[in-house]
Amino acid sequence: MNARQTLKTSLLFSLCCLPLAALVWGVAANQLGANPTEALIRELGQWALRFLLITLTATPARRWLGWGFLLSYRRMLGLFGFFYGLLHLIGFIWFEHFFNWQELLEDILKRPFITLGMLALLLLVPLAVTSTRGAVRRLGFKTWQRLHRLLYLAVSAALVHFFLLVKADLLEPLIYLAVWVLLLVLRLPDRFFVLRWRSVSE
Amino acid sequence: MSKLLFGKQNEYQRAALPESAVTATHDYLNRRQFIQRWGMAGLALATTSLVTGTLEANQPSASLKSTSNSQYDTTEALTDYESVTTYNNYYEFGTGKSDPARHAHQLITDPWSVEIRGAAKQGSMGLDQLIDERDLERRIYRLRCVEGWSMVIPWIGIPLRKIIQRLEPDNSAKYVEFTTLADPQQMPGIRRNVLDWPYREGLTMAEAMNPLTLLAVGLYDEYLPKQNGAPLRLVVPWKYGFKSIKSIVGIDFTRQQPLTSWNKSNAQEYGFYSNVNPEVAHPRWSQARERRIGEDSFFTPKRETLMFNGYAEQVAHLYAGMDLRKHF
Ligand code: HEM
Repeated sequence: MNARQTLKTSLLFSLCCLPLAALVWGVAANQLGANPTEALIRELGQWALRFLLITLTATPARRWLGWGFLLSYRRMLGLFGFFYGLLHLIGFIWFEHFFNWQELLEDILKRPFITLGMLALLLLVPLAVTSTRGAVRRLGFKTWQRLHRLLYLAVSAALVHFFLLVKADLLEPLIYLAVWVLLLVLRLPDRFFVLRWRSVSE
Repeated sequence: MSKLLFGKQNEYQRAALPESAVTATHDYLNRRQFIQRWGMAGLALATTSLVTGTLEANQPSASLKSTSNSQYDTTEALTDYESVTTYNNYYEFGTGKSDPARHAHQLITDPWSVEIRGAAKQGSMGLDQLIDERDLERRIYRLRCVEGWSMVIPWIGIPLRKIIQRLEPDNSAKYVEFTTLADPQQMPGIRRNVLDWPYREGLTMAEAMNPLTLLAVGLYDEYLPKQNGAPLRLVVPWKYGFKSIKSIVGIDFTRQQPLTSWNKSNAQEYGFYSNVNPEVAHPRWSQARERRIGEDSFFTPKRETLMFNGYAEQVAHLYAGMDLRKHF
């Protein structure tokens, strides 16, 4: 890695840490509103989802815009998604259940939205574990790639998790859903877009 | 470290002693005012719910006189004025917890009249016809939101029973239905169909006549801030907060059980009664515990929720023999 690349990597790394820094500052300065624990859990959940979605923009960004630079940072972005998801879970265990493992387990088993959140996070574990270059080599690229398609499932589970926890106002999860659908559409094979284009021009 | 992180939280607790609380919040707010805005503007854009800290700090004006009715008062620490006035649900002004504080200034509360309908003296009544300020009482009640948080609020109001007696409902009146104003001009939240507007709530006649049930016009010794349901709201302390309907424009004495807004929106999750009950879980979360706003901090577990929010002595008889799992 040359110096420029190192600089870029550290810059992006710092950027990814900013939400966490803001939250830590928010706690220290008492700027998270009247219910800071709720704000923390929610922000961490949203940032987890955002990072997972950002990770998934890398491929479409290169394909449609020719921006290749994100591709080399996919691993970092995905790991940040996992990291924020983990903090989100820790926040939940700490603030909602205060480390009462019995209650926690009941919640995970009994409440579908918690079950799905847990599922989303668990699906990310094998991806995080196999995110090293060595793991790609050991698994073989094809297997590794197939395994990492679990990310689609994790994001879907997280989205359903979000929809299920909302009381009445679906606007926010709908915005995330729209982004998710767009990202999926942008990944459709060329054939799909070519056919479309032909049928329009004929 | 913990001093750095939680010093403010402790001040919250100290500020929240009953009686001295009003003055104590003043100092607290002055300290608070100098941090008005989030430094990191770009992030704040994305971190939507974080910007609650930017709301204008407001303070009670101590302008409303009342006599204290301590018979029903809790002696627990009051929730600080800023939390009470910047963190609540009032979907007519948006679904975020800080939306009411941000948008409710658009509400016009003067003149205000309440339409009385149904089996009683019907007609439109001005606020001063309905509320005789000499009768105002100060009551310190717990408020438990269905979402799992709670506050302790010094309300000012008149027991609803006193007002009902003057409206002389006849025997056919079995329920009281309340309606909130629904004006898209003043209430931006109304423009979206999150709930079926206007917001409606209801009580059985016995619940409405219970001495705890208050028609409030103020809190913390001032007229109700708009975000808290000015100029007139219900306070039913043994029920989940959404039963305590805000900015009332209609009172209807009915024979049939009113179709209340949250019940209509999701009958599996929100019953007509919606009494605070730690044993009956909301389908998506447990109701066994609650977080007391401003008091339960990062290092305290949530406290246990009490049956009927701690008012069993006053209200349990209303539900004698009822299956509270069924009539939740
Ligand atoms: C990668 C995995 C996960 C993602 C992406 C995720 C994402 C989210 C999002 C976007 C929200 C909504 C935040 C808001 O309303 O502003 C949320 C809320 C929540 N999540 Fe997760 N979540 C994940 C895993 C989990 C896990 C493992 C748990 C617990 C076992 C959990 C528990 C919760 C709870 C309790 C809330 C509601 C917080 C509240 O309303 O106060 N989540 N999550």
